Amino acid sequence: MANNSDTTAGIYKVTLLAGLWRENPVFRLLLGMCPTLAVTAAVKPALTMGLSVIFVLVCSNIVVSLMRNLLKPHLRILMFTLTIATFVTIADLFLRAFQPVMSETLGPYVPLIIVNCIIICRAEACASKNTLVVSIIDAVGMGVGFTLTLCVLASIRELLSTGMIFEAKVMPDWFVPWAAMSMPVGAFITLGLLLGLVNKLTKGKS
Amino acid sequence: MSTLNTLLLGFISIVLINNLVFTKFLGICPYLGVSGRIDMAFGMGMAVTFVVTLSGTLTWLIDHLILMGTPLEVTRYVCFILVIAGAVQLVEMYVRKFFPSLYDSFGIFLPLITTNCAILGLCLFINLWGIDNLLEAVVLSFGAGIGFTMAICIMAGIRENLKMADVPENLKGAPITLITAGLLTLAFMGFAGMIR
Repeated sequence: MANNSDTTAGIYKVTLLAGLWRENPVFRLLLGMCPTLAVTAAVKPALTMGLSVIFVLVCSNIVVSLMRNLLKPHLRILMFTLTIATFVTIADLFLRAFQPVMSETLGPYVPLIIVNCIIICRAEACASKNTLVVSIIDAVGMGVGFTLTLCVLASIRELLSTGMIFEAKVMPDWFVPWAAMSMPVGAFITLGLLLGLVNKLTKGKS
Repeated sequence: MSTLNTLLLGFISIVLINNLVFTKFLGICPYLGVSGRIDMAFGMGMAVTFVVTLSGTLTWLIDHLILMGTPLEVTRYVCFILVIAGAVQLVEMYVRKFFPSLYDSFGIFLPLITTNCAILGLCLFINLWGIDNLLEAVVLSFGAGIGFTMAICIMAGIRENLKMADVPENLKGAPITLITAGLLTLAFMGFAGMIR
């Protein structure tokens, strides 16, 4: 019995850690690129976005996992999308009510979580095949991995474009901000170089 | 005359200046995924143009005739995504019936248009910008599709040539594509001062 519970716990741990690095949604699976590029001009919106995605991901994984035995194959994508759209509406209304400034900054990128490939991918690849607990753990792992990636990218961009991180000044006075980093070009090139770095790191390991 | 002017300016601005791919980061997934060959990129662009025009128009109608000003407004996102999924289904059936070879070469990417952020994004932007004229909404949606097609075709052309380039080992594949896209956005920033 002890052995059995050990392996169950082992599965949970592997599932949780997979999202953080081995199957990191942005770096390894190249999913959810649009919000990754769009909201990472500063750390604060990136963090808000990450938390919203965690919320939607966990809720939709719970619902999809609960209804996985009732789904007809040809209707499943539609059901996933509708479930996700409902939770995104909740998240959007919540942000609009309690974080109006942040909601303004993020603009249409909050409703765009509906078409964030990460969430559909997890619903399809994990929640529609696994039990409730595994699905929740998977959602948390993937969501946290996504949030961390957003924050890394956003810190680099915010640091170089304004000399600040989380709106606190860190760079010395002589630092000249790189305006380009807050524009689209900064987003694309930073992410490109980060992906190259990740490729290098993983190649060295294997 | 002034209406025509507004429409023309709107069209040019959404194709060149506010291009969804380069300035709003929408539709990046197919932009990275399908842009390997120029003929597939063009087919994808056409399919997206059709779906985006159809769903942009339909969502504007639904939004203005049914949802606005009623408590039903909270269901906006659900309605939008349903319209888009329906339009994609229509395109899929049409292409499968009349262009079977094209259908085979698209594979998984055709149903994936549903989750193309450019389409939902455009519907949301039309709502956000407060476009209150059906004709303008149609022109903007069509322009967005053309802008997407242009972006994905330029990218496919560059990537076909990139195959012969000597790219550092670690940057091969997605990283170099992203860096190329970054340089392309720089080029498109040159259009920024054209209107107003």
